[in-house]
Amino acid sequence: MTINPHLCSHCGLVVPTAFLQANNPLQFCCQGCETVYAVIHEQGLDRYYALRGDANETGRPVKLSGRTYAEFDEPSFLALYAQRRTDELISVHLYLQGIHCAACLWLVERVASTMDGVIDVRLDIGRSSVHITYAPAVVRLSHIAQRLDSVGYPSHPFRGADREFLRRKEDRALLMRIGVAGAVAGNVMLLALALYSGMFSDMEAEYSSFFRWVSLVVTLPSVLWSASVFYRGAWAGLRARLLHMDLPISIGILTGFVWGAYNTIVGRGEIYFDSLAVLVFLLLVGRWLQQRQKRRATDATELFFALAPSTARLVDNGIVRDVPIESITPGMVVEVRPGDFIPVDGDVTDGTSAVDCAVLTGEAIPVWVQAGDKVNAGTTNVSGRLRIVATGTGEQTRVGKLLLLVEEAMRKKAPIVAMADRISAYFVAVVLVLAAVTIAMWWSTDVGLAIDHAVALLIVTCPCALGLATPLAVSAAIGKAARHGILIKGEDVLERLARKGTIWFDKTGTLTEGRLSVSRWVGDDKWKPIVRAMENHSGHPIARGLVAGLPEDPTVVLSNVRETFGGGLEADFGRQKVIVGNPNFVQARCGGAFPDWVTQLLDGPRAEAKTTVLVASEGIVRAAIELTDPVRHDAVDCVRSLETAGYQIGILSGDDERVVSTVGSQLAISPERCFGRQTPEQKLEHIRRAAKQTNTFMVGDGVNDAGALAEASVGIGVHGGAEACLTAADVYLARDGIALVADLVEGSRRTMRVIRRNVLFALSYNLLGVVLSMTGLINPMIAAILMPFSSLTVVSSSYKAKTFGAKP
Amino acid sequence: MSVLYLVLPLAILLVGTAVFAFVWSVKNGQMDDLESPAIRMLYDDEGAKVTKSPSRQTQDGATDGIKAR
Repeated sequence: MTINPHLCSHCGLVVPTAFLQANNPLQFCCQGCETVYAVIHEQGLDRYYALRGDANETGRPVKLSGRTYAEFDEPSFLALYAQRRTDELISVHLYLQGIHCAACLWLVERVASTMDGVIDVRLDIGRSSVHITYAPAVVRLSHIAQRLDSVGYPSHPFRGADREFLRRKEDRALLMRIGVAGAVAGNVMLLALALYSGMFSDMEAEYSSFFRWVSLVVTLPSVLWSASVFYRGAWAGLRARLLHMDLPISIGILTGFVWGAYNTIVGRGEIYFDSLAVLVFLLLVGRWLQQRQKRRATDATELFFALAPSTARLVDNGIVRDVPIESITPGMVVEVRPGDFIPVDGDVTDGTSAVDCAVLTGEAIPVWVQAGDKVNAGTTNVSGRLRIVATGTGEQTRVGKLLLLVEEAMRKKAPIVAMADRISAYFVAVVLVLAAVTIAMWWSTDVGLAIDHAVALLIVTCPCALGLATPLAVSAAIGKAARHGILIKGEDVLERLARKGTIWFDKTGTLTEGRLSVSRWVGDDKWKPIVRAMENHSGHPIARGLVAGLPEDPTVVLSNVRETFGGGLEADFGRQKVIVGNPNFVQARCGGAFPDWVTQLLDGPRAEAKTTVLVASEGIVRAAIELTDPVRHDAVDCVRSLETAGYQIGILSGDDERVVSTVGSQLAISPERCFGRQTPEQKLEHIRRAAKQTNTFMVGDGVNDAGALAEASVGIGVHGGAEACLTAADVYLARDGIALVADLVEGSRRTMRVIRRNVLFALSYNLLGVVLSMTGLINPMIAAILMPFSSLTVVSSSYKAKTFGAKP
Repeated sequence: MSVLYLVLPLAILLVGTAVFAFVWSVKNGQMDDLESPAIRMLYDDEGAKVTKSPSRQTQDGATDGIKAR
């Protein structure tokens, strides 16, 4: 392998100058990459880099989690996620983060399988999941996980094994149907070839009858078993009083088969077995492709889902250990460190901290909690270590109850009648009328001929291309969208989105960044580095915003820094005593009234939309800093382009009305459609009411949006969103930023145009077939050529279309 | 031409065997992952895998509570 002195030896990214090591052929862009490289090298696995080079892949920078995976050895963990193979072997299914190329397969399987006691390791690249079979007597699962982690693949338990099992069963069933239909189609076509050539060379009647009988027998499994999905679909549609695309397909297949069988028995007329067999095969393949793309999107979302923390730190007799969240019951005490999710509903028993409740309430500014306060599962602990005694777990938590609402809303979601199905309603009527007309036209000439022509009509109009038009266009579009960072979980999402309506956005974390940053500084600039140095001592989000937004000066030396819970910071700078904190805190420390410019600032317009921090020393206010949760830089363009496309935009937020209207005015959203102080239930109710008048879509990131996401015609989950929001959303944006929403809507509209074009093609072929068969000009050979030709047109039109990721 | 009466059923029998083999492989999960085996095969010749057997004694009760499925 060649080593470029300025590129990282592990991940191939440019090494920052500060990390450059002189006279070393190996360079690393970060600590993570260096550690991983060392581990790979030590185990003699350098071939990884060569393999990766062959595949023309570059690596990715690694962040080592440094986790011990101790919870993987807990009996409760193994009971949840592992399966016992034999007395001595256990197999477990894990999600691996960081799988990105073919060489990963080699590295993962090699690294794990060289461990003693590991019997089998199989990585599924498409799903980023690994199946490990090991002997628990020899090796612990936590050690295997640590080893994988040490080369840059953190593992997560695979949740939802039951769903996976059902899905796999469904996939296998469809694949078997396709296999049978394909074998039948190929062989019946060979037989038909013999019959067609016999038409020109006067085959003896005995042999031609034999060929026809064989064709009938060979076609049977395809028509009776493989195609039964269509009959079931059509029947289910009829019972629900809906005309489904499956109905005309079923009519075509069944009439063709019955008439062909009759003609075989009486020994005259046409058989259509070859056309029917190919038709069944093509339609099944179309369905399979669509299902596969949808699965991929679902798998990818579930990977994000798996990244959500699954462990909690249980305090057991004074010892803290990691256990699966599912094993926590009310009354147990858990420890939550800064940056962790709070796993249960409970009361704080020890510690003070700021808790970010944005996922539940939509409030951008964290809440201070101390012993005795209640906290909710799903929120994030920001600044200090907390001990919490659990009062509610699992479904009893606030989040759990919201999830029940989500499930209910998802169950009730009304299906839309897809365009192809709407057309099929007319299609069935028209075709049946035309068949009747054909019989009437030819009745006086010859009864047998009349029926022959009518059946020919039913078969050539059997909507193969029409049946393929939607699945292919949709699956191609879903695949392209996934490469573009948009994961689409349902097939009718694109069609729903292409219909105009109102798009409701959540505010915190969706339209805005979801974190505070300095928007205004009033006062002398010389205080900036001092404030920054003081705030460096705090983990509070306001402090982090200040640190990020103010200039650094290494010469500032502070002493005696103290933080007051819910107030601010004090420190000595030289001989000066400096106070930085919220107005109440500063006032309490300085005494007396604020000068006019400060009160004006505090009572000024939009005071609610921002957080003000004051800086004081020697009893005098020196500076004031305003912090806001800034609107995402791409939000303005996104909102504008959606409005130009004809959609209405609104905001539904849990935050204060005044904050919401400020953000609304920044984005030029009509004030009548900006709603604040919405509880999760109100959001859901709002969407439900709005949905009665117009198409409604919801874009959100929090648990508080989950109900609304499920209720909306299409729910779109934003990158970094909470787990519940991933479950509820139909679309998940896998990349940061809101601009993808506009791309999604644009892509949906393009896809619908492709579908319309496909349908037009398909219908014109059918029209040609109708004319030919009504005038009696058609024979089975023309039908056999016409049908695949029309399907091919639709296939190429679907895959060549520019839907997602195309530059306009 | 009468050989057809023998050859054609034979051919169909052959097809039947192929279909059976396909159905068997799908049922055994061989078609579940269509990507990884294609790549894995490229690395197969990298030295035979060490065969291991779970021979050592149990370290502790880390496996308690696993349901045998």
